[in-house]
Amino acid sequence: MNGFLERLRNGSILVADGAMGTMLFERGLKSGECPEAINLTRPSVLEEIARLYLDAGADIIQTNTFGGSPLKLASYSLEEKALLINRNAVLAVKRAVSGRAYVSGSCGPCGKILKPYGDTDPEDILESFEIQMQAFFESGCDIICIETMMDLSEMLLALRAAKERAPGIPVMATMTFDATPKGFFTIMGDTIEKAAHSLEEAGADVIGSNCGNGIEDMIRIAEEFRKRTTLPLIIQSNAGLPIIENGRLTYPESPEFMASMAKKLVDSGVSIIGGCCGTGPAHIRAIKNAISPAGPQ
Amino acid sequence: MELLEQISFNLQNGLDDVVAALTKDAIEKRIPPGEILSDGLIAGMSIVGEKFKNHDIFLPDVLLAARAMNGAMEMLKPLLIKEGIPIRGKVVIGSVKDDLHDIGKNLVAILIKGAGFEVIDLGNDVPAEKFISAAKEENAHVIGMSALLTTTMPVMKKVVDLAKDEGLYGKIRIIVGGAPVSKEYALEIGADAYSYDGANAVETVESFFPVNN
Repeated sequence: MNGFLERLRNGSILVADGAMGTMLFERGLKSGECPEAINLTRPSVLEEIARLYLDAGADIIQTNTFGGSPLKLASYSLEEKALLINRNAVLAVKRAVSGRAYVSGSCGPCGKILKPYGDTDPEDILESFEIQMQAFFESGCDIICIETMMDLSEMLLALRAAKERAPGIPVMATMTFDATPKGFFTIMGDTIEKAAHSLEEAGADVIGSNCGNGIEDMIRIAEEFRKRTTLPLIIQSNAGLPIIENGRLTYPESPEFMASMAKKLVDSGVSIIGGCCGTGPAHIRAIKNAISPAGPQ
Repeated sequence: MELLEQISFNLQNGLDDVVAALTKDAIEKRIPPGEILSDGLIAGMSIVGEKFKNHDIFLPDVLLAARAMNGAMEMLKPLLIKEGIPIRGKVVIGSVKDDLHDIGKNLVAILIKGAGFEVIDLGNDVPAEKFISAAKEENAHVIGMSALLTTTMPVMKKVVDLAKDEGLYGKIRIIVGGAPVSKEYALEIGADAYSYDGANAVETVESFFPVNN
């Protein structure tokens, strides 16, 4: 599938999928296990999840590779399997969607803090991301999505790895911001203004934010991004921040609520809307219906 | 500027080599180690904590200041022990079993250590039993637990229950924190406190130890 960037330029609004973790837990992932290990043992589960989001109306399906960079996999001693883990995830989604949606290779933080603040060399982080990007390229991802980044320096390393090892594949770059009384900042202190400029300069094709916030704060984040860039924007919001209800943890935002807010995201100039923690197929279906009432094209 | 003020100032700016040299200087000038700690290092770190809380500075600045603090503490610690200066309090900290997230926990450990407490960091994926056994072995005053996953939160309740079984409950204070954790949850499981961020965790730990100087 191609023409992704052209569609965005022509004003199409696309819907991405929702959370992966919850879906995996419902299918036997135990807490403490490596979520990407299932790519080696039961890739059919990944196909099933991809089909659920496809049926819900998602135009973009993400792979189960958020923690698939070798540095991150090393905490489960799976770094040697990185190529296979990423490749299997991409191929599973490709089989499930067979051209009906874009396959987006998900790349999350490596879990290390860069020198001089932490103990990890930038070269090691770059090399780790290069291996993951190489796997995305060889297995035929349509898009790459670098997400939940909280350190702009790490994001730029991942972006560089993507541009070098996966030439020609559009890259979406999304960071996680905290709402503070003084505005939005990543935990490392990066502002939306700084992120927008740096990501654009580094060659990202689509930029925005995921995780960390409910959809109302995401509207404010989107508006701030829109002021700072002409690139297409992506927002993948949590279903609110988790609360306790009757002793159980839940994410408070209903599919209907998120769908009503999704229209405001479109009005703020967002081109791709998806879900993060706490969202499932029901949220994605509601968002899809809200922004394209005529149903799938 | 007075020597201890210089230590505080350079610590706030994260200049670990300067802080180390000034601390060495202060030790050689026979400034009491307790004073170097409280009026130099802790004074600087509390300003860092305050600025961090107010979002005037961010994680990188805290990490650099903490590194400077830790370097100076290596030099001071033997002297403090020799002089019999009691530590401010001991905190056993960790991310609960099955939870591999540790950036938040590490930050809290850094800030609590920076406030002059001794921190025993058990790392991540820590079983309930280990929190209890470490707290007993170390004669800790506080147990701090972090969880980032909703699925791992029940371990916190298990630690509280074990503390009750072992007769530690009420003697050791238990603080819980992490993104999915809330004040209500802390109350429900019987923890002593909930901290919503690193700076608040320091305030909470400090509230357990009334100032006695």
